[in-house]
Amino acid sequence: MKKVMMGNHAVSYGARLSRVDVIAAYPITPQTQIVEELSELCADGKLDAKFIKVESEHSAMASCMGASAAGGRAFTATSSQGLALMHELLHFSSGGRLPIVMANVNRALGPGWNIWTEQTDSLAQRDTGWLQFYCENNQEVLDTVIMSYKIAEQLSLPVMLVLDAFILSHTYEIVDIPEQEAIDGYLPPYKPEIKMDVDNPHAFGALVTPDHYYEIRYKLQETMDRAPEVARKAGEEYGKLVGRPYDIVEPYMLDDADVVIVAAGTLVSNSRAVINEYREKGIKVGLLKLRMFRPFPTKRVRELLAGKKKIAVIDRNISFGATGIFYQELKAALYGQNNGAGSPDIFGFIIGLGGRDVTLEDIAEIVDYTLEKEKNEEDIIWMGLKR
Amino acid sequence: MNHVDIQPRIPEPELMYSGHLACPGCGASLAMRYALKALGNNTMVIIPACCWSIIAGPFPYSALGVPIYHTAFETAAAVASGMKAALDQQGKSDVTVMAWAGDGGTYDIGFQALSGAAERNEDFLYVCYDNEAYMNTGIQRSSSTPFGAWTTTTPENHRKERPKKDIVGILAAHRIPYLATVSVAYPEDFIRKFQKARSIRGMKFIQILSPCPPGWKTADDQSIHISRLAVESRIFPLLEIEHGEKYTLNLEPEGISVRDYLEAQGRFRKLSEQDVAYIQNEVDRKWEMLKRQVS
Ligand SMILES: Cc1ncc(C[n+]2csc(CCOP(=O)(O)OP(=O)(O)O)c2C)c(N)n1
Ligand code: SF4
Ligand SMILES: [Mg+2]
Repeated sequence: MKKVMMGNHAVSYGARLSRVDVIAAYPITPQTQIVEELSELCADGKLDAKFIKVESEHSAMASCMGASAAGGRAFTATSSQGLALMHELLHFSSGGRLPIVMANVNRALGPGWNIWTEQTDSLAQRDTGWLQFYCENNQEVLDTVIMSYKIAEQLSLPVMLVLDAFILSHTYEIVDIPEQEAIDGYLPPYKPEIKMDVDNPHAFGALVTPDHYYEIRYKLQETMDRAPEVARKAGEEYGKLVGRPYDIVEPYMLDDADVVIVAAGTLVSNSRAVINEYREKGIKVGLLKLRMFRPFPTKRVRELLAGKKKIAVIDRNISFGATGIFYQELKAALYGQNNGAGSPDIFGFIIGLGGRDVTLEDIAEIVDYTLEKEKNEEDIIWMGLKR
Repeated sequence: MNHVDIQPRIPEPELMYSGHLACPGCGASLAMRYALKALGNNTMVIIPACCWSIIAGPFPYSALGVPIYHTAFETAAAVASGMKAALDQQGKSDVTVMAWAGDGGTYDIGFQALSGAAERNEDFLYVCYDNEAYMNTGIQRSSSTPFGAWTTTTPENHRKERPKKDIVGILAAHRIPYLATVSVAYPEDFIRKFQKARSIRGMKFIQILSPCPPGWKTADDQSIHISRLAVESRIFPLLEIEHGEKYTLNLEPEGISVRDYLEAQGRFRKLSEQDVAYIQNEVDRKWEMLKRQVS
């Protein structure tokens, strides 16, 4: 069934189709409609889940941990300040190997208060052991919620899916809602191997000495290493089911491209439009869309960008004192490939912080800059900065 | 009285094992033993950062015969809310979920989550074993530390001038179905209240005064004695409060001097005559208030 809906409601529908057992969430602009819609669905009996109206995001994540540890499928959604408040528990939930799924609406952090889109909130959580997926449109948002549970529960790791504030969260698009029956076949009820169980009592998360801790962390990383393949398969299988396959990274007009844009979230759509214009003029520009950011899809990125000369990374985020975060990650992934011979020149653009509009002209400017420059001379190329 | 009541009032099965890591004379370890005797094995325990994170034993061991979820310092009440919700979804509403936190995790850092859960009337049992300081990190003051007590952050020349936070009053103001105080020196009362709590739906809160020999500067064979002095001196009344309104005093001791309780502990060593008189005054005043609430 097709319906016109805002990105936030696409999140709610995704959670509903995933038959979540427990939802614990706290409102924050621009995520509020996710919470509102889900609490209505629960109140109307359209979703058989317990909705815990917690007093903070910190308790939202803590409640999800408790629910997940007891074998429930747990869901939450937040944004910006709320995500930052959860930080300690992001480590706790991944370390506890709990397959919680969370939607984060990308929003800038204060001060000053800014409710508009920026990627720094989620990217700053990159070292917490959560998988991260960035969505380009509302359809992808709904589909990614469902796929996230598929992936999370196979890996026993939590997954965060990310959508841009307002550009997706509050924008209405046509979204195809899959049949519940189809999703039930794709995503069977959550049956963890171990959980809090009075008939089989164990202690979870007990004190761990240096004798064991190191190996436990190694296992987490080992699981992360398996995640790209598990996620790829989950996207493929989902595609067979509903006719919309997803991959962890998605190339667009990449094969013969002289300049490759690398982007995530809605910046991808802008880039596509600009690429189409350049292609009409015979200029070979291509795109690599990063859907998965954690674990970083290093292997696929290397394969797809092998032999490329120039790459333009678009960051709507910043790691203060360093650079744009996608830029850092991409450089790290490509560094020293082919013994350094012929490795691409990578240009790092920062743009649109705090929700400043990113227009097609801005993207065109990024492409032109990259085409013109012989070599990259700066770690940050500030776009549209009023100096 | 010329007959002896031989009804076994303390259940025999043990759900806490030897080999745990508590200090000798730890009130908190005895408290857990009694609590699990009362609740039985259809129980799940949530333990935030506190001495009990250590007492329960390191991976891969466990000192308890029931499942334990070790969690972050400030999260006991929120984790319990989520766990209970998941169990309800699975049709396992008969399982007792018990959050088991220290005073730091209750009065201070976990206070917000506790207040939230209490206001929502979540169906679990929250227990605070109250040793009146952060013992796990080496005896620092909490908002439960009483007036005049020594801790490493309230040294004798810069002691705590503020009274202990009234957590019972605060929880009563949330009008939760059941609230009680218990002492390891009164095990029958202790067991009865835990069993009562288990039978009630909604939020239950139990405070245990929990002597800590290293933190209170007492000999490790004095914990029961000191627990009893706290009750007899009316410093720690044994009570129950239902729905924030119906107060019951379970014991009305004649009221020995607070001096007996204070002098038994090294942490009150530097109190002056004036301080003791002030504390006595406060205890008497609060007792009168309590009596009024009961009647
Ligand atoms: C967020 C956070 N801050 C600080 C700590 C360090 N910490 C662990 S236990 C503890 C004190 C616990 O005190 P209390 O709750 O009274 O339990 P007790 O140790 O006295 O049994 C502190 C400060 C922590 N684990 N987490
Ligand atoms: S420090 Fe105190 S509370 Fe902690 S284990 Fe020792 S006696 Fe028990
Ligand atoms: Mg304490």
